[in-house]
Amino acid sequence: MKLTEEMLKALPDARGHFGAYGGRFVSETLFDSLLTLEREYKRLKDDPEFQAEFDKDLAHYVGRPSPLYFAERLTRETGGAQIWLKREDLNHTGAHKVNNTIGQALLASFLGKKRVIAETGAGQHGVATATVCARLGLECHVFMGAEDVKRQSLNVYRMKLLGAEVHSVQSGTRTLKDAMNDAMRDWVANVDDTFYIIGTVAGPHPYPLLVRDFQSVIGRETREQCLAQAGKLPDALVACVGGGSNAIGMFYPFLTDESVEMYGVEAGGLGIDTGKHAAPLSAGRPGVLHGNRTYLMEDENGQIAATHSVSAGLDYPGVGPEHSWLKDIGRAHYVSVTDDEALDGFRKLTRVEGIMPALETAHAVAYAIKLAATMDKDKVVVINISGRGDKDIHTIAQLDGIEV
Amino acid sequence: MSRIEGVLKALKGQGRKALIPYITAGDPHPDLTVDLMHTLVDAGADIIELGVPFSDPMADGPVIQLACERALKHGTSLRQVLAMVKTFREKDDATPVVLMGYLNPMEAMGQEKFADAAVDAGVDGILTVDLPPEEADEVAPLFTARNLDAIFLLAPTTTDDRIRAISEHSSGYVYYVSFKGVTGAGKIDVDEVASKVAHIHELTALPVGVGFGIRDAATAAAVGRVSDGVIVGSVLVDTIARNQADPEQLKRALSDLLHPMREALDSLAS
Ligand SMILES: Cc1ncc(COP(=O)(O)O)c(C=O)c1O
Repeated sequence: MKLTEEMLKALPDARGHFGAYGGRFVSETLFDSLLTLEREYKRLKDDPEFQAEFDKDLAHYVGRPSPLYFAERLTRETGGAQIWLKREDLNHTGAHKVNNTIGQALLASFLGKKRVIAETGAGQHGVATATVCARLGLECHVFMGAEDVKRQSLNVYRMKLLGAEVHSVQSGTRTLKDAMNDAMRDWVANVDDTFYIIGTVAGPHPYPLLVRDFQSVIGRETREQCLAQAGKLPDALVACVGGGSNAIGMFYPFLTDESVEMYGVEAGGLGIDTGKHAAPLSAGRPGVLHGNRTYLMEDENGQIAATHSVSAGLDYPGVGPEHSWLKDIGRAHYVSVTDDEALDGFRKLTRVEGIMPALETAHAVAYAIKLAATMDKDKVVVINISGRGDKDIHTIAQLDGIEV
Repeated sequence: MSRIEGVLKALKGQGRKALIPYITAGDPHPDLTVDLMHTLVDAGADIIELGVPFSDPMADGPVIQLACERALKHGTSLRQVLAMVKTFREKDDATPVVLMGYLNPMEAMGQEKFADAAVDAGVDGILTVDLPPEEADEVAPLFTARNLDAIFLLAPTTTDDRIRAISEHSSGYVYYVSFKGVTGAGKIDVDEVASKVAHIHELTALPVGVGFGIRDAATAAAVGRVSDGVIVGSVLVDTIARNQADPEQLKRALSDLLHPMREALDSLAS
């Protein structure tokens, strides 16, 4: 299907649907808040004061635009297409997540909410949320699965230093999905004074829309930078997909550019055929979780399946509804790489370019290297380096059997 | 007339209020559920809300979360829940049964297949916590065509326009969630509930059941006074958790909890 600007403008529709996906599957208590949020967002989106504030924060607080960097040595070693890196790892707090938290915290301020909640997996979104709350003087509560509290302890401490309260979630599989459940439960109880900053393009409408809009700055910059620096549009974009926010942020501004191929890389864990992975687009089917209809990992009875990934930020059984739509219409390709491949990707980028990617990002790196090797030298592949790997040093060291 | 409508009409005729207990199917063990349902009826239940366990019960507090975990540990599936209702119907074809749960297990079965199986099992109503009427345009006709009542939630945050719209999509009764929060949390504010339910009664002719926060005879009576029925959940499920090791004692404990509520509700009639 060839996408046009008009088609994109019509999505999501009035009920928050991207084709068969998306929507607002929440309990009644939250419904009015979602309607209010949607109304206010639509108003503020075109409000010059709001936009100017957002742009100013992205420039002076986040440090945008982030560079588009030609990875010359990695390109030479790979022996195929040119590999370029969009450096979201250089953002303040170390990942793309902050683009969205800046936007949503601004919304919270405009709506007069004083209390903020967030869910987090790898802790990057939690840190980004705690950061903007510290800056705006908002009370901040972050929900994080007990399993992730363990494997991302550095980020837990960062959040505490920033003044956030971290709630360790003990229910279910004790990972990102359970953190999101508890955040929703908190929201229902405190809906009057609380703003829920969702960290990815999932959740009920309007979250997939507003997170995508805030993250689209990645793709807009990349488009301009690539034309200026490489002299052409990219031939392929590669991004990792947990909930899908860094990927949609990169893809969205290119959707109508037919020549640009897009690859979303899911967490293949121990291998898709082992069932121990977090790749709903590669191996799941449509269902409803966390307020939206989308591809999910579930058993034959509709119970959400336990996921596995070496990276906490990809360890989620669902994915943003817009990706489900892009998959079905064939506009984007969704693939996966295993834990081991991702770890190889991490080491490769670290040793060849001196850039340590987050383990989430390492999935995109690993796939992009494979892809670039099959492409001609005049082609351009852009990897979204969604975050830096400092938070993962403990995990890597542990795998290496080293105590740090 | 649906079985739910019939029961609620009859109660109204007698000036009585409906007692609607909730338990999670498969908790503490799938083999016990049908027995517990009969126990609830013997103790005075007018309608049973039977929870379909889900791995991610986002609208529930810890008590019902743990009930879901216990039920799922024994592999309780939607298919099995329907089989339980079918078995229950062998001895009781009068008490309406409402399945209460989340959308995904129903979707996984296939909505049409689910609707057929529900009717076949003797289910009377469906309450899907995460399915607002806005998203129900595909399933609602499947339920209507089979005379299954679609029961939707109203909340303290529901605006008048939505109360009207939701009521229009509902049949049997509407379920008013008494406070902002998950099941088993907060304290019910009876005055607030009274004024909101009175207001809902102005906007719809459907009976209004009130749930969340009803835990004893006093709260049941207070809420029964201003509504058409009370839904009692977490306190029963908590009792199940505490007595899971001894089925006979568990049944006694459930009866001991419900009886005083029944009496308190019926004392309102005189
Ligand atoms: C660096 C980084 N990349 C990617 C992700 C995955 O999220 P998303 O798919 O929404 O970009 C995370 C989530 O924690 C992250 O920290």
